[in-house]
Amino acid sequence: MNTLKSCVRLYFHYVSINIRSIMQYKTSFFLSVLGQFLVSFNVFGGIYFMFLRFHSVKGFTYNEVLLCFSIILLEFSLAEMTARGFDTFSGMVRTGSFDTILIRPQHEILQIIGSKFELTRIGRMLQAIVMFCYAVFHCNIEWQPARIATVFFMMAGGMAVFTGIFMIYAAFSFFTLDGLEFMNIFTNGAREFGKYPIGIYGKKMLFFTTFIIPYALIQYYPLLYLIGRTDNAVNIFLPLCAVFFLIPCYMFWRFGVRHYRSSGS
Amino acid sequence: MQKYFAFFRLRFTLGLQYRAAAAAGISTQFAWGFMQIMIYKAFYDAEPGAFPMTFSATVSYIWLQQAFFALFTAWIVENEILDSVVNGNIAYELCRPIRIYNIWFSRSLANRISRAFLRCLPILLVAVFLPYPYGLSAPASAFHFVVFILALGLGLLVTVAFCMLIYALTFFTISPQGLMVIFTSMVEFFAGAVIPLPFFPEKIQRIMELLPFASMQNAALRIYSGSMSSPEMKRTVLLQVIWLFILTFCGSALCRYAEKKVTIQGG
Repeated sequence: MNTLKSCVRLYFHYVSINIRSIMQYKTSFFLSVLGQFLVSFNVFGGIYFMFLRFHSVKGFTYNEVLLCFSIILLEFSLAEMTARGFDTFSGMVRTGSFDTILIRPQHEILQIIGSKFELTRIGRMLQAIVMFCYAVFHCNIEWQPARIATVFFMMAGGMAVFTGIFMIYAAFSFFTLDGLEFMNIFTNGAREFGKYPIGIYGKKMLFFTTFIIPYALIQYYPLLYLIGRTDNAVNIFLPLCAVFFLIPCYMFWRFGVRHYRSSGS
Repeated sequence: MQKYFAFFRLRFTLGLQYRAAAAAGISTQFAWGFMQIMIYKAFYDAEPGAFPMTFSATVSYIWLQQAFFALFTAWIVENEILDSVVNGNIAYELCRPIRIYNIWFSRSLANRISRAFLRCLPILLVAVFLPYPYGLSAPASAFHFVVFILALGLGLLVTVAFCMLIYALTFFTISPQGLMVIFTSMVEFFAGAVIPLPFFPEKIQRIMELLPFASMQNAALRIYSGSMSSPEMKRTVLLQVIWLFILTFCGSALCRYAEKKVTIQGG
C-alpha cells in the first residue's frame, strides 16, 4: 500500500514538472492547443456537412453520432495526455536513454508515463466536451444513474484500450528501433473512424473490434445502451471488460523489455 | 534552370531510398481507404438519393486520393526548410548563386513526387482489381484521362506553390508551428480531403470551388470519374492555371522581400 502511495505521489510530481516545463513556452503551448482543436474540428466539420445531406446512417442520427464521436475523442485524448511517453518511446530506445530508466529503482512504466504529460491535448478535450454537452442536450436521453455510470465506464475502458495500444506501439520499438507507421491505423485511425458507431462498418469489423482489439466494447455496445437501443444491462459493464485488454499488452511489453538491447552510447 | 533540375533529380533519388517507410505508408493508406469506403457505403445504403455523385465515382475518388496522398496532403512539410530559417542555416543558401524560391520549390516537388511514386502503383494496382463497386473504375474516357493527368500535375504545382507561401511567411514569424497548423487544417478541409467537395451544400460548394484549395486534389480526382461536364472541366483547369500563376507570383515576391529583410538566427 505504501509503495502504491509513493508511486502515485511520484507520478504527480512528474506531472507537475512536465506542466511547469511546458509553461516556460506559453505561446507555443497555446498555439499547439489551438492546433489540436482545429485538427479535430475538421473531423467535426466533415460530420456536420455529411449530416446536412443525409438524415441518418444505419439508424444513427446526427446527435447520436456526435455523442459517439465526443466520447471516443475524450477517451483518446485522455489516454494520449497521460500515456504520451509511450508514443515517443522509440526515441528512448534509439538513443539508449532507456538504460537510465532500467537502473532506477522504480517501475519502468511509471517512469515512461511520467516522462511526458501532454497538456496540449486539452485542445482536443475542450472540443470533445463541447460536443458532448451539445449531444447530451439534444439526444433526449433519460439520465438514470446506470447511464451516467456507463459514460464513466466508457472513459475508463477507453483510456485503458488506447493506453494498451500505445504500449504495444512502444514495445514494437524494442525490435525495430523505430516506431511503426502502420500502428497509426490503431491509434489515430481508431480516433478518426471511431467517430461513427462501429456498427456502420459491417459485421466483420464489429467482430474484429469485439474480440481482437476491443474498440466496440468501449464505443458501440455501451452507446447502444446510452441512446436506449437496448436495455441489456450487460452493455453497461462491457467497457470495464475492455480493461482486460491491458493484460496481453503488458505481457507483450514485458516480452519486449526482456529482449531489450541497448543501442545507444 | 538546369541547376534546379539537377537539384530536383538529386532530391528525387534521395526520396526513393525510403522504401520501408513507403511500405508502411502503403498499408496505412489501404486501411484508410477501406474504412472511408465503408463509411460512404453506410451513408449510401441509408439514402442513395442524397448522394451527389455515383457510388463508384466516390470510391474511385477515395482510391485515387489514397494513391496520390503524398502529392496533395498538407501534412508533408519540409522540416529542413523550416529548421534552416530557425537555426540560421539559411545563410548558406543565401550565399549560393541560386534563387531560394526556386530551390525550395524543386525540393518540395521532388520530395512529393518521389513519395507518391513509391506508394501509388501498388495501391492503384490492387484498387483496380477489387470487385465493382469497391474498386477503382476505369476513367470515363481517354480524353478524361488526359485531362486528369494534366490536372494532377497542375494540382501538385498549386499545392507546392501554396506551401511555399507558408515557408516564406516563416521568415517573419520564426516559429512556424502555429501558422503551419492553421494552414494545414484549412487546406485539408477546403481541398476536399475531409469529405469530397460535392458533399457540401451547393451554395458553399460553389464558393469553395473558386478558392485555390479546390485547384489542388479536388480538380484531378473529380475529372477522372467523369462527374464534370466538359465546360466545367475546362473552367477547372483554367482556374488551376490562374491560381498557380497567382500563388507563384505572390510566393516569389514575398520570398524576395523576405530575403532582403531576413535576420540570421543562431550562430
